[in-house]
Amino acid sequence: MDELLRPFDFEFFRNGLAVATLAGALCGLVGVYVVLKGMSYIGHGLSHAIFGGFAASALLGVNVLLGAGAWGLASALMISGITRRRVIGSDAAIGVITTASFALGLALIAVFGGTGRSFDAALFGSILGVATSDVVVVAAVLALAVAVVAGRYRALLFTTFDPDVAEVSGISTARMDALLMLVLAAAILTTMQVLGVTLVAATLVIPATVARMVTDSFARMLWLATGIGALCGFVGMNLSYHLDVQSGPTIVLVGAVLFGITFVATGARGLHRAAGLDSHGPRPASGPAATPVA
Amino acid sequence: MRPPTVTGDLLRLERVTCRYGTDPVLVDVDLAIAEGQFTGVVGPSGSGKTTLLRALTGAVQPVAGAVVRRRNLRVGYVPQVDSVSWSFPVTVSECVLMGRTDDRRLPWRSRAEQAEVTELLERLGIGDLAHRHIRALSGGQQQRMFIARALLRRPQLLLMDEPTSGVDVRTRHEVLHLLDELHAEGLAIVLTTHDLNGIAAHLPHLVCLNTRVMAAGPPRDVLTADVLERTYGARLEVLEHAGMPVVVDGYRADVVQLRRTAS
Repeated sequence: MDELLRPFDFEFFRNGLAVATLAGALCGLVGVYVVLKGMSYIGHGLSHAIFGGFAASALLGVNVLLGAGAWGLASALMISGITRRRVIGSDAAIGVITTASFALGLALIAVFGGTGRSFDAALFGSILGVATSDVVVVAAVLALAVAVVAGRYRALLFTTFDPDVAEVSGISTARMDALLMLVLAAAILTTMQVLGVTLVAATLVIPATVARMVTDSFARMLWLATGIGALCGFVGMNLSYHLDVQSGPTIVLVGAVLFGITFVATGARGLHRAAGLDSHGPRPASGPAATPVA
Repeated sequence: MRPPTVTGDLLRLERVTCRYGTDPVLVDVDLAIAEGQFTGVVGPSGSGKTTLLRALTGAVQPVAGAVVRRRNLRVGYVPQVDSVSWSFPVTVSECVLMGRTDDRRLPWRSRAEQAEVTELLERLGIGDLAHRHIRALSGGQQQRMFIARALLRRPQLLLMDEPTSGVDVRTRHEVLHLLDELHAEGLAIVLTTHDLNGIAAHLPHLVCLNTRVMAAGPPRDVLTADVLERTYGARLEVLEHAGMPVVVDGYRADVVQLRRTAS
């Protein structure tokens, strides 16, 4: 028991654990909308886009959090705007914008230098140097996300489920999408320092997917995904210390194990729920064939 | 269908033209929707029926002409049932409650809302399905759930995009009877349909659309061979059964020959 509690003697671990747990909850909550909108790849892409902003703002001497946040939000809004026009799909929009942004970040580093601990941490995640102020920032973003989800619950749900009818019912779906992108960019930005660019997407997708496998209710899915994300962050961070493995991979692997357990426990039904394989299709008529259409 | 009680226009399209890109979808469309009116819009695929509904809601802005809407008009919209993913994690009551977004900021439902949803679902015959996942519904039940969501907005005008598409005869009758009841209570309804005999012929007022309005009026005046040929670009014959027009295909001689060969 003493061995299990030993890391709590260190402030950096306590801060890292708090950030990982809060960030897990945050990504779990936001991830529900990301997964249900069919934009699972956006977490991966946006974290890379934010890395571009991270590099640019560090080299320009701008506050990294604000600079990278603004960069990420701009990228997310561009993706959302392009996707809404329906000329190209969301996957292509994410692919173009986020990889271009990531490439710009790498190019800036190559030209101006700057590969230090902060860039490595941004790429792969690290709990070293997580300060109390970081915990406060993540907690504030989580509070913002909860406030947005609670305050615009039905409008966000309607926009996610049936955007066309939501629009004609008086909801500004463009505003709802922008709000979601704002929260998403903030969530990724604050989570990157623990998980790193390369793994942050998993914390968005895995908790929401596991939650979807065990419930058919949207409200329950929100609670479950938030809890699962927090659990993965907490357990993963503890394992990270004891196994001496980086925090990002450990947290993601905990999520992957949870997915595997849920898959086995729920069987094909759970997988069908998560994959949307049982979506609406033609149903057998219960009466005689309908009158032929002229 | 019971006779409508028409007292004034809720919505009016005045020489409305809509385009997607450079392709015109609606050209010079004039259409007035009065209080208590029940109108069906028929026409071939791609004739602009859905665009017409979207222009009525304001979701599509015309490039020419005007959409004149009564102040504070409440519109309920019922989409085609295949327009959403039925694996989306919502229960029937959660889906219906999406219709109430105007005056509620709290995420949970109030007792009054719960009572209203329960009453609506009971009325539409799906009260026992309130807590079921939407995937568990049949095609007709899905349609009723969408109608319940639209009615929760307490609309003055209900717009429906092919409400009986892909449903069996019994469900079609049930939907038609339900709409008849709503219409009798004073609700104005505009629906699009491909079903000339099963739906359109039973409505009090029809609009034949193929980018332009080809004809408008009672079914007996509109469902004629000439109007239908101009609307659909195909020869159709109109018979009469129990005092109602019945539209049948006017096959060309070579198609009839094919049928004879097959038999």
